[in-house]
Amino acid sequence: MASRALACQTLHELRDLIQQDPTAAEHLLEELLDRIAQLNGRLHAYLAEPDRKRLRQQVREQLKACPNGKLRGIPITVKDNICIQGEETTCASRILQGFRSPYDATVIERLRREGAVLMPRANMDEFAFGSSTENSAFGPTRNPWATDRVPGGSSGGSAAAVAADLAIGALGSDTGGSIRQPASFCGIVGMKPTYGRVSRYGLVAFASSLDQIGPLTKDVTDAAILLSVIAGHDARDSTSAPVEVPDYVSQLNTSVKGLRIGLPKLPEEGLDHEVNDSLAEAVKAFERLGCQTTSVELRQIDKAIATYYIIATAEASSNLARYDGVQYGYRAVGSGLGVEGSGQAQSPEPRTQNALLDMYLTTRTSGFGDEPKRRILLGTYVLSHGYYDAYYLKGMKVRTLIKQDFDEAFKRCDLVVMPTAPSPAFRLGEKIDDPLQMYLSDIYTISANLAGVPAVSIPCGLSKAGLPIGMQLLTAPFREDLLLRAAYAYEQATDWHRRQPGL
Amino acid sequence: MAVVTPEVVKQVAMLARLRLEGKALTQLAAQLDEILQYVQQLQAVDTQRVEPTSHVLPLTNVLRKDEPTPSLSQDAVVALAPAAQPPFVKVPKVIEV
Repeated sequence: MASRALACQTLHELRDLIQQDPTAAEHLLEELLDRIAQLNGRLHAYLAEPDRKRLRQQVREQLKACPNGKLRGIPITVKDNICIQGEETTCASRILQGFRSPYDATVIERLRREGAVLMPRANMDEFAFGSSTENSAFGPTRNPWATDRVPGGSSGGSAAAVAADLAIGALGSDTGGSIRQPASFCGIVGMKPTYGRVSRYGLVAFASSLDQIGPLTKDVTDAAILLSVIAGHDARDSTSAPVEVPDYVSQLNTSVKGLRIGLPKLPEEGLDHEVNDSLAEAVKAFERLGCQTTSVELRQIDKAIATYYIIATAEASSNLARYDGVQYGYRAVGSGLGVEGSGQAQSPEPRTQNALLDMYLTTRTSGFGDEPKRRILLGTYVLSHGYYDAYYLKGMKVRTLIKQDFDEAFKRCDLVVMPTAPSPAFRLGEKIDDPLQMYLSDIYTISANLAGVPAVSIPCGLSKAGLPIGMQLLTAPFREDLLLRAAYAYEQATDWHRRQPGL
Repeated sequence: MAVVTPEVVKQVAMLARLRLEGKALTQLAAQLDEILQYVQQLQAVDTQRVEPTSHVLPLTNVLRKDEPTPSLSQDAVVALAPAAQPPFVKVPKVIEV
């Protein structure tokens, strides 16, 4: 195994190697750069070409600056909606094209402090609106396991980069499944921590009561390491929880014997039988590990999507009101306005009497893609006078019931197990013209965000067509330690996480 | 029966500062209508004695110490604007004289 490529190894293996021989970090970067040159044209996991010179310099600096860093010399890619100082952060949207963040997100500060090397930005659905990464304004990402299929979304670039060994780990964001579903489609581990576990400072807001940053990695140990770096209270995020962070890594080996696994009855509509079979096998594996299974009731789970698309769009329409072409990002050319010395509308057909309003309209209409427009409109509608009670208020009440379902379930069991997605990766173009069908593919992931509970997706099978299948584990708030322990025990008992796409 | 008509969508679009017309408007209106029809299923849930949840954590009135900390410089902020004449951000004329 002496010749095993560095790029194909896990974060924890590489961390140990670099600790023994720091030059391994330089070799690792070169391997990744070669792979990116060879594969990114096909996959489009990264939005930008790597700047080789600056990356080499980053490796040297980080090796020197962080001799005991948990991520010393480890190349990590970050979803394009997390701010990195001096780097373009566009949310894969034209409306933020050219925006260079003047500050680092808290998670970026934490990655840097532990010696990580920041790779180019990972592609995503525009503003994290989507489940396939086809909504990126800069072109879709493709699934490394089958390039005619989507990598999932919205953190599809992060997932594809890790699965294709173009990065050693990644950060994504998860508002309704945007870390877990792409992890499932790409055969890797992806975790959404408890709401409040990881600081959102510097994460471009989509739905502020649901968004959470989390790791995408090659195995569970790597997820534990990355989470231990990014988790913890941050005074700059007032929704960040002042809850102590346990040592996730050292607890991984603790036995799972006696853990109670809850199996909910799920809406079966659209559930692929291969996914169902893989999940049944995975449950048996947990039983062999000494876990007990019990049935639990999540009564309102079939209402989760409807609830989510009210709450998430309401929050999104409010959060996206800030993109008006005034303070940062894009301003429509020809709507007057960026032109030196001119305050008059230059548009051939000014459609309003008000140049400022005209600039807002032209900038937002040409800056946002179709999905942001749909969600802004939906959110504006459900919040508007006369509809608020019927939609937004109703949604918040059903959210309470969904949260209560989980509170009750976790009195009866330690973990809930269910599929991450109803099917393996679908084809590019398959759902893009049917927004409701696309929304329905989030059915199993959305409730964790509404309830705020942590959840992880881990590989648990391959379909006959050779596509990865993911299993989702959920647990009570702030018990990521339990989630990771159970995922680790399952991983050690199986070898799904060692399967590689045949690129 | 349609929940939203293209006319209502156009009105909402103006509130959201989006310009919609023609085929884009009718297509979006139809998609929004389908989504809103789907969302109607929530009306069947009994929520009479249920309090709304806007936020899952039991955090209220989070305060920080009343101490000044450094913030971004004016130069750095103005430099982000698509049109500026430092130290000002430029916008189209808003006052008729």
